[in-house]
Amino acid sequence: MSDLLRTPLYDEHRALGGKMVPFAGYEMPIQYPAGIIAEHRAVRGAAGLFDLSHMGEFFFRGPQAGSALDQLVSSDISGLSVGQARYGLLCNERGTIVDDVIVYRLYPDEYMVVVNASNIAKDRSHVQERLATDVEFEDRSLETALIAIQGPRASVILSSVTDLEVREASIEALPTFGVTSARVAGTRATVARTGYTGEDGFEVFVDAERAIGPWTRLLAAGASLGLSPIGLGARDTLRLEARLSLYGNEIDETTNPIEAGLGWTCRLDKDFVGRDAIRAFKEAKPLRRIAGLVVDGGVARHGHQVTSGGEHVGEVTSGTFGPTVQANIALAYVSAPLAVIGTQLGVRIRDRDVPAKVVRTPFYKRST
Amino acid sequence: MTSTIPDELRYSKEHEWVRLDGDTATIGITHFAQEQLGDVVFVELPEKGASVRQFSSFGVVESVKAASDVYAPLSGEVVERNVKVIESPELVNSAPYADGWLLKVRVADKGELNTLLSATDYRAHIGESGGSGGD
Repeated sequence: MSDLLRTPLYDEHRALGGKMVPFAGYEMPIQYPAGIIAEHRAVRGAAGLFDLSHMGEFFFRGPQAGSALDQLVSSDISGLSVGQARYGLLCNERGTIVDDVIVYRLYPDEYMVVVNASNIAKDRSHVQERLATDVEFEDRSLETALIAIQGPRASVILSSVTDLEVREASIEALPTFGVTSARVAGTRATVARTGYTGEDGFEVFVDAERAIGPWTRLLAAGASLGLSPIGLGARDTLRLEARLSLYGNEIDETTNPIEAGLGWTCRLDKDFVGRDAIRAFKEAKPLRRIAGLVVDGGVARHGHQVTSGGEHVGEVTSGTFGPTVQANIALAYVSAPLAVIGTQLGVRIRDRDVPAKVVRTPFYKRST
Repeated sequence: MTSTIPDELRYSKEHEWVRLDGDTATIGITHFAQEQLGDVVFVELPEKGASVRQFSSFGVVESVKAASDVYAPLSGEVVERNVKVIESPELVNSAPYADGWLLKVRVADKGELNTLLSATDYRAHIGESGGSGGD
């Protein structure tokens, strides 16, 4: 694995017994000795700590940065206040999905866009080819570490090691999708109340060379509260229960936002790359749609066929056992008329059509 | 460290174990195999009366991450499948040599046992060191 990159927390993962696997060009922990199910439950019941330093961070600066991003991203970026973040899509002119991103407005003239690790190089060219020349662009993916702390006890643990620049402010008061500057374990950080688990939680951006301090301090501060390190395996089961899309599974450059169930991220009343094509997809009504399935008698996996009366009607994009919902769950593209809650379908697992039912998503929603 | 490879069992290179009791072989997957798989969430096993052939796939063990075939270490007829492990697949992780067994098979040819690995051979096969034998 010599050609793979390592995050600044690589040695920490090894010391914690993390099982390292190649992912998006990095050696990343897929699980720790507790195992995927125990890690999943830790996040739902207490809190989990994730190293997401492989993800990409792009910075856009200048008076025109906001309007330039509004042109590149499907959601309403010009309406973001300083200290707010928003989920959105990068699309191409054909209206299919280049990546899904979160845009953070850090200062009046500075935005950070977090992109998927596997898409960093592609997104960089996509953005640079379409970016107005008066906007300063910087890819700080390699220089930036990202530590996420997620779960019902995340805010208590994070606030115990965090100082905000405004003395009277507290991290617990940061709204969902809010972002602020802070010191975490004495280290300058950008802290956002965002995540990918279906739980309350935070993402902490720090300089890569200073990542070890916040990671170890957070682990120590959370030890008595059930904070566990979480690998990519549980990250996937958590996001799937919460019905959050994974680039490369539910969405890619062959899928459009309407069929992917991401029409809500597209402000079709503003101009952005791909808008006209997406509008046409919406008017034409999609032929297929993402549906949530509960599979009875086997685990559906990416690429399995979905059937109806033995006929091929779709493909599974993601599937797993959901440790919190205690069922085999899947997302699949299925022929639009069949993507209706209650429809009985099959998933072809090892040459057998295993019964599957279309259910309401998300599979898991936290009680607030 | 205590060895996770009981001395009294025989092993296949594909990480199944066998305990022979008269004509009946109890079959499961090893501690090493369950550790490699991770949390087991689904087990598919043949019904009573089915026949299994040595080194052929007889079922599937699925973890959160992936599905893996399991291979019969011996040929024979299934006399019992472990219903408890179908209901509670995590038994494969917590007790691979006890409550996590998979099949009981009436063995057709005990001679096949000679083609399997001893505990010492299996230990060498997976590269485990530090067992009680000290090899």
